[in-house]
Amino acid sequence: MAGKWLPSVHLTGSGRPVFLPGEVESFLLSSVDLESEENPTLPPFKSGLLILTTHRFIWIDESNGYGVAIPLASVVHAFPPKKSIKSMFSSPRVRIQINGHGLGVGFGSTVMITLVLRGKNDPEAFFGRVWDAMRSRAWENEAEKPGPSDSKAGGGGGDALSSGIRMAGVSGILRKEQEMWESTDKSLQEAFQDLNALMSKAKEMVTLAEKMRQKLLSGPTQAAGPNDEEMGSKQEMQDWLLSVGIVSPVTKESAGALYHQQLARQLADFVKVPLERAGGMIALIDVYCLFNRARGTELISPEDLLQACALWEKFDVPVMLRKFDSGVMVIQNKAHSDEEVFARLKTLVLKPDALRKGISPSDAAMTLGIAPALAKEHLLTAESKGLLCRDISPEGFRFYINLFQDVDPNDIYTVKDHGLFSSWFSAITASG
Amino acid sequence: MVGYRHHQRKKTGDEMQKVGDFKLPHFFNYPPYFTLQPVRDTREKQVQLWKELILDYCRSQKIFIIGLDEDFPLFTNPVIERTLSHEAREVFLSALVSEGRAEWIDKGHKKCLILWLRIQDWADCILNFVKENGFEDGVMTVEEIRSGIESRGTELAGIDRTVLMRALRLLEQKGKATIFKGTSADDEGVKFSA
Repeated sequence: MAGKWLPSVHLTGSGRPVFLPGEVESFLLSSVDLESEENPTLPPFKSGLLILTTHRFIWIDESNGYGVAIPLASVVHAFPPKKSIKSMFSSPRVRIQINGHGLGVGFGSTVMITLVLRGKNDPEAFFGRVWDAMRSRAWENEAEKPGPSDSKAGGGGGDALSSGIRMAGVSGILRKEQEMWESTDKSLQEAFQDLNALMSKAKEMVTLAEKMRQKLLSGPTQAAGPNDEEMGSKQEMQDWLLSVGIVSPVTKESAGALYHQQLARQLADFVKVPLERAGGMIALIDVYCLFNRARGTELISPEDLLQACALWEKFDVPVMLRKFDSGVMVIQNKAHSDEEVFARLKTLVLKPDALRKGISPSDAAMTLGIAPALAKEHLLTAESKGLLCRDISPEGFRFYINLFQDVDPNDIYTVKDHGLFSSWFSAITASG
Repeated sequence: MVGYRHHQRKKTGDEMQKVGDFKLPHFFNYPPYFTLQPVRDTREKQVQLWKELILDYCRSQKIFIIGLDEDFPLFTNPVIERTLSHEAREVFLSALVSEGRAEWIDKGHKKCLILWLRIQDWADCILNFVKENGFEDGVMTVEEIRSGIESRGTELAGIDRTVLMRALRLLEQKGKATIFKGTSADDEGVKFSA
């Protein structure tokens, strides 16, 4: 632990940081080192993923699964990457001055930490975002507000963000300096401000979506629905939504090339709960709907979802993408086994009633507690393994236990005294 | 236990479903038997069971030609309300054709000649018949072989004329028979030379 001289952050099972309330990601960089220039005895954090949020710098070592954080509240000043002949040949460096007491690790009054940006990325854009994040002081807004639902009553979240710039003390002087630096390109600055306005609005939209979700949840309990079953599923859906709100969606804008990787990790965390409820397997299309509803804004495209799922193979996550022969795609737990499903289907199909009449996908769906479409996939897989066979008639598509292997083609009239065929035969003769 | 099993077997024997005087196997009431199975191993087994049943049935009922679009007792089971699709009928009969146990009569695969005995087997059958009745070096008409007193109760009774002619021609090739052509089909004659 001696090496970790910065406060560590809690990570989720798939290696995403756990965010603070109201914390939103704004920039991602790969291959970043954290060094203390003044104190070389402190071992540097080498080649990790740096996430800039509205509240913190978060540095994550993805291969070893740990991370550290620097709260923006303790950052006194940030120095832009130097532009010189020398710097053209080395990795860009962003230096930040930190109030050591804020870190609480026994530093002096101020500490300089250098961020070495080794990856192929845009240091200028990153630095711009650092300034934006520091200027908007989102962590202070959070501290003032008792809860997210009160943001409207507080008189407009957007105003609160822009009025957060204070002109007192050392930080005020520094901020003035920064404004002068910004004014060198006025048109660019205006463009940035538009973007900032949009981003602060986005946060309001998330709050609004959350509110609507809560209203939706309280709605059906008052109104007496005509169809109890439909109501049940609706409430279940809202249960899911409520339990898995995503506070900080990974967006293309914030993650750049790392987008799909981060999305894959976030998705792996997200699907845990719905997957458990669905019995270890869930249709991709269902995940798409649930995931986007949980995100509220910053919706992802089906293509993004597919790419994120495809990346799971490279990560150590407990879920996987599976494609059935029919083309239906599902997400399933790696621990989920077909054998278990087959065993349950076999028990079902050997009941006297099922021996006589077969089972439909909806029968299987009820027994397995899954969607009929998925149940059908399971039945078809069991059929392809030779466990079941099909019966198509005007009454519909049904599955029976496979008896074909149990009949001797050289003696088609004899029923053996034991085995599947004799149990089927006793079932049909018992019915009269 | 033994007594019980014996009893059960007897009971199943009594309840065996029939088409005319033909006893149907129990799996005839198994609905998937009437749906063409898509999985390879299962389908192979299904096809095999259908081939056996078709040959058994045709032999016992002396049926030589199955019309695919006509009512054929095996292709429908009114007890479980299942009927073979046209595709399934063609698959099962084609399986017989590929084994030399059937032949398509027309190019459209509408009619199928069932050879529950191959032509060679029919030829052997005729030779046995000739020997048993002492017709060596004698002369018979084709019609006599099909419906004469001597052939009554033998496999040859009611044999399809085309099948019979092909068997006779096979014998002719081997030098065991000579076919005399008359002015009409009715008076075609055969001279056997054993």
